[in-house]
Amino acid sequence: MALHLLAEISGADQISFGEAISAGFAYGLGAIGPGIGIGYLVGQAVQAMARQPEAAGMVRTTMFLGIAFTEALALIGFVVFVLLKFA
Amino acid sequence: MHLLALNFPGIDHIVRFEPIFGKGSIFEFNKVALICVLATVSTLIIFWTASSRGALVPRGIQNIAESAVEFIQDGIIMQTMGSEGMSFLPYLLALFFFVLFCNLTEIIPFFQMPASARMAVPMTLAILTWIIFNAVGVIKQGGLTYLKNSLFPPGVPPALYILVVPIEFISTFLVRPFSLAVRLFANMLAGHILLVTFAVLSSALLEGVIYFKPIVLLTGLALVAFTGFELLVAFLQAYIFTILTAVYIGGSMHPEH
Repeated sequence: MALHLLAEISGADQISFGEAISAGFAYGLGAIGPGIGIGYLVGQAVQAMARQPEAAGMVRTTMFLGIAFTEALALIGFVVFVLLKFA
Repeated sequence: MHLLALNFPGIDHIVRFEPIFGKGSIFEFNKVALICVLATVSTLIIFWTASSRGALVPRGIQNIAESAVEFIQDGIIMQTMGSEGMSFLPYLLALFFFVLFCNLTEIIPFFQMPASARMAVPMTLAILTWIIFNAVGVIKQGGLTYLKNSLFPPGVPPALYILVVPIEFISTFLVRPFSLAVRLFANMLAGHILLVTFAVLSSALLEGVIYFKPIVLLTGLALVAFTGFELLVAFLQAYIFTILTAVYIGGSMHPEH
């Protein structure tokens, strides 16, 4: 039954199949780097706050800035996903 | 894609709205435009009523407005621009509240559409910020000095300037407004799609066969949890948009050292 179904995939279906797969990969691969980056960044920020609680406000502001810059990469991956899947 | 014969709505279906009036003309007015107008009006109302009372001991709405002003002053301007950036307080305050209300409509019943999930809204705000930080740089430092300070970072060997100057040009004048807009847009669009997915899933499971119904407990709880998470994201993205605007303006106010 499964093989029968596979054989029935037509040309148009193959294109949308490829689009769906590459859209998934676009976001999935795009999320790896920022994931590691944000984890490292927040970990270091928490360490800084624990070592020097009086500087917590400054560290927090800088942390959010860093997260915003790092996260942009993942979000561009998401936009590519949306463009591939829906546009 | 039919997963267990469940039909998810396409992206056009969840972010594009029929015009309320003025169809076909340039004055087309749909739900997103209505949300933008409401966000502007509610920001105006909050600060109008708060300032018209002017009580010495703040109460109610004046309390909210005063703590918001204090938050922008101490949390954003003093952290990024210093006291000479105080003249940008009105712009940053208005920007923060407009973005916040545009985001919050994502989880307010009957709206349930963040206006910032349409690229036009964040792009307009980002272009406005781009114009302001360039104008500030030209006025405070002078046109040529501003260009030199932003394109030629100090401490780089002269031979490397062939490489550094184009990179700096692209990252300062082209990528900045683009990434500012995309950050807000993609965050809100992703949240919107997430909420729609779980809502459609829950309602389909409720209407489905009887042994699917217990799963609704899981997806419904996830929907509630994600709604709370989106409330956090709405505030965080408004904060990040405002603080990045402040950082860019502050950066063109005094050259890097």
